[in-house]
Amino acid sequence: MDVASVLLGGFAAGMVLFIVSVGLSVTLGLMGFVNLAHGGFAMLGGYAIALSMREWGLPFPAALALGFASVAALSVVLERLLYARLYRASELDQVLFTIGLAFVMIASVTLAVGPETQTLVLPEWLRGQADLGFIKYRSYSVAVIVAGVVLALALWLGFERTRYGARIRAAVDNRRMAESLGVDVQRLFTVTFAIGSGLAAVGGGIGAEILGLDPQYPLRYLAYFLIVVAVGGLGRVTGVFFSALLIGVLDFVLKIYFPKGGAMFIYALTLALLLWRPQGLFGKRTA
Amino acid sequence: MRAPLLETRGLCKSFGALEVARDIDFRLERGARHALIGPNGAGKTTLVNLLTGALQPSRGSVLLEGDDLAGLAQAKRVKRGLARTFQINQLFRGLTVLENVCIAVAERLGVGGSMLRPAGKRADVIGEASRLLEMLRLQGDAGRRVAELPYGRQRLVELAIALGLKPRVLLLDEPAAGIPSAESHILLDAIAALPADIAVLIIEHDMDLVFRFARRITVMVSGAVFAEGSPAEIAANREVRAVYLGSALDA
Amino acid sequence: MRAVLELAGRHRLRAWEALPWAAALAAFFVFPNHLAFGTQLLITVLFALSLDLVLGYAGIVTLGHAAFFGAGAYTVGMLAQHLGWNEPLSSLAAAALVAGAIGLASGLVLLRTHGLTLLMLTLCTMALLEEAANMGARYTGGFDGMPGLGFQPLLGIFPFDVLFFRSQYLYALAVLFACFVVVRVLVYSPFGQSLTGIRENLLRMHAVGAPVRARLVLAYAISAALAGVAGGLFTQANAFVNLAVLGLDRAAGVLIILILGGYGRLYGAFVGALAYLLLEHALAKAYPTAWQLGLGLALMAVALYARNGILGIAASLHRRLGGRRAA
Ligand SMILES: Nc1ncnc2c1ncn2[C@@H]1O[C@H](COP(=O)(O)OP(=O)(O)OP(=O)(O)O)[C@@H](O)[C@H]1O
Ligand SMILES: [Mg+2]
Repeated sequence: MDVASVLLGGFAAGMVLFIVSVGLSVTLGLMGFVNLAHGGFAMLGGYAIALSMREWGLPFPAALALGFASVAALSVVLERLLYARLYRASELDQVLFTIGLAFVMIASVTLAVGPETQTLVLPEWLRGQADLGFIKYRSYSVAVIVAGVVLALALWLGFERTRYGARIRAAVDNRRMAESLGVDVQRLFTVTFAIGSGLAAVGGGIGAEILGLDPQYPLRYLAYFLIVVAVGGLGRVTGVFFSALLIGVLDFVLKIYFPKGGAMFIYALTLALLLWRPQGLFGKRTA
Repeated sequence: MRAPLLETRGLCKSFGALEVARDIDFRLERGARHALIGPNGAGKTTLVNLLTGALQPSRGSVLLEGDDLAGLAQAKRVKRGLARTFQINQLFRGLTVLENVCIAVAERLGVGGSMLRPAGKRADVIGEASRLLEMLRLQGDAGRRVAELPYGRQRLVELAIALGLKPRVLLLDEPAAGIPSAESHILLDAIAALPADIAVLIIEHDMDLVFRFARRITVMVSGAVFAEGSPAEIAANREVRAVYLGSALDA
Repeated sequence: MRAVLELAGRHRLRAWEALPWAAALAAFFVFPNHLAFGTQLLITVLFALSLDLVLGYAGIVTLGHAAFFGAGAYTVGMLAQHLGWNEPLSSLAAAALVAGAIGLASGLVLLRTHGLTLLMLTLCTMALLEEAANMGARYTGGFDGMPGLGFQPLLGIFPFDVLFFRSQYLYALAVLFACFVVVRVLVYSPFGQSLTGIRENLLRMHAVGAPVRARLVLAYAISAALAGVAGGLFTQANAFVNLAVLGLDRAAGVLIILILGGYGRLYGAFVGALAYLLLEHALAKAYPTAWQLGLGLALMAVALYARNGILGIAASLHRRLGGRRAA
């Protein structure tokens, strides 16, 4: 494979990682809540998208919207009813609760749909090859990259240019200070949590062709999502974007050239990186 | 001339753009009964954190008997006789009052890491801890979990832990805050009963208590030392009255 | 003072503490056909007990404790496979040493961090070992692991392989007992008390002058060595080792067992392992999905309502009943 197509493949994988992980990063940064069930929202969204297209013949964009909305709604319910009780609880309780939730999601999906892998029925315009001038590449991957970049830009603008984004940034940097300035961090969190989960759902759907989609998804990719977040630094959209790209490309390249040792390299790198900079590659050092 | 027991030279600390300690030169002599006062957010707690090594200064130094403590970890400073209480209780909430104090005493005696003999057989540690509890009238609560105690009593446990370290310099961050006034004499008695040669620095908003206790007072405003002197001098200082005392005394 | 007496007598053995051991011995005679299951149970108890030391006492939340179980398991496996070192007791000691050394080395670097970073790092360390075991197929057997390992008779007398459940069960019980004694002595010592202090309030522990990191690293290494013993036992009892000893499944599993039983109370490991393995035995084969669903719900419920697990519930019931009687 030539460099360009390797890079494109890696970018596509990175974009999926970004779309799924960005919500996790922001919620972690806001509340310090360790949400190991985040991948579960991505999986549920993926199922909603894949099934609504296959069973009801929903067009792709409509299915994405449906996945986003349904998972965002579900996450608000869960957040208000259950997560909210654990904000002050120990990290251990949060870890247990969210692992338990991930199990419940996995088991429910297995019971309701079955254990087999789901495939996305791609619309006509995403099948085949796109001619980029310098290279022909799978239209689907190209679309994923474009979607990821657009989304990243939108989120970045939202973060940097809106009052809402400013509040989130303030709360991530110094929650106490933000609260004393009248920011309702709790409210902020609920909304951010919903958007983040919805985005994860979209990522689960879009990424089904790249990461696969089956009930074991939440735990299989847990380490990857966490690595992306930890490397990117908590609560930083741009940080998550670059770290997702980095991990996506690295993983893609390593899988081609060292099919057996690739993952090991990524773990070792993450280990070294976090020991060097516990706040992540792009995070700010706190205190 | 002997170096003062504890001294800071040009101590500075900033959080981002916020300067919370500006060029602080501060001395604490042996046997001092020194009060540090100042409005909320003046940087009093930050100064204590800088002294104990919980925070690293941006510039300047902290000296104990003339030795620069730069780079010395908190634990090492405690071993050299620097102990503190916290403005907001920092206790082992799930453990009993007695255990709270035992942990401190065991660390001071250097047996905190011993693995073979049960903690319950350390009669020396337990004996000393229970004597401290008696002094602070906490013996009735010794077997209760700290989390079950009223806040005021917890404040006394906070003091007991610090005393269990047998410090040469004792830094008390608003020890009376949260103690019902009927019980605040327990605290004062305990402080009065301390060996005369240890230096005590107390941060306090209750001016009654400050003037009863202190032989020297430092006033901090916005991260800088605003005035320092005997209680009489401070009470007579117009500017101090204007920025701080007036409001506190009238209240 | 009552409190002094209470503290001074806390480490003394209570009558009921004989119960699990008596039950384990009784099971040997009553269920001669289930001793293989019994051996797995004892191994799991030991693994959970090792986790209790770091999680329940020192408060280190780790998602990677299976790293040490796996290190012990592979140590015993590789010694037997490649060096013909298959004397059970000494290879178990080697497992403890290797796992303890890995615990010490990783603890020295990892325990500088905390919170999410620490969680991530424990996860990464385990994943790293897992990948290493997968890659070093020449030494570890890679994905298939090392099947069909043989071990010498125990103490040169008692035959030791998968077919001799009786000697294996008693052997595992003896090892568990020895390790339990170590952990019990530790947690009631000033060292154990200081670990509890670190868990309860790190800030204060620094402020009383405790060498916090050294204590944590030491506890981590000891716990790793004990987990290594559990892993070594696993290999000896099953006569094989494969990648499953190192995975997230096992790490999460042991965490769940300890939490369900009740952490920070020594016997939680026993209760949790018994409850979990029995239920798993009964349910997981026939209804794997329902098992996972139930497990997930149980975990959520424990996190929300019953933070101290089965033993915690029992203790508060006991307190309530006792209180009523006294009133
Ligand atoms: N970790 C921190 N990060 C940012 N700002 C901080 C931090 N700690 C303290 N500050 C700020 O530094 C200033 C001084 O705080 P400090 O707690 O030292 O005041 P204080 O004199 O003890 O006040 P009080 O009487 O209310 O206890 C305050 O404005 C506070 O908000
Ligand atoms: Mg203060």
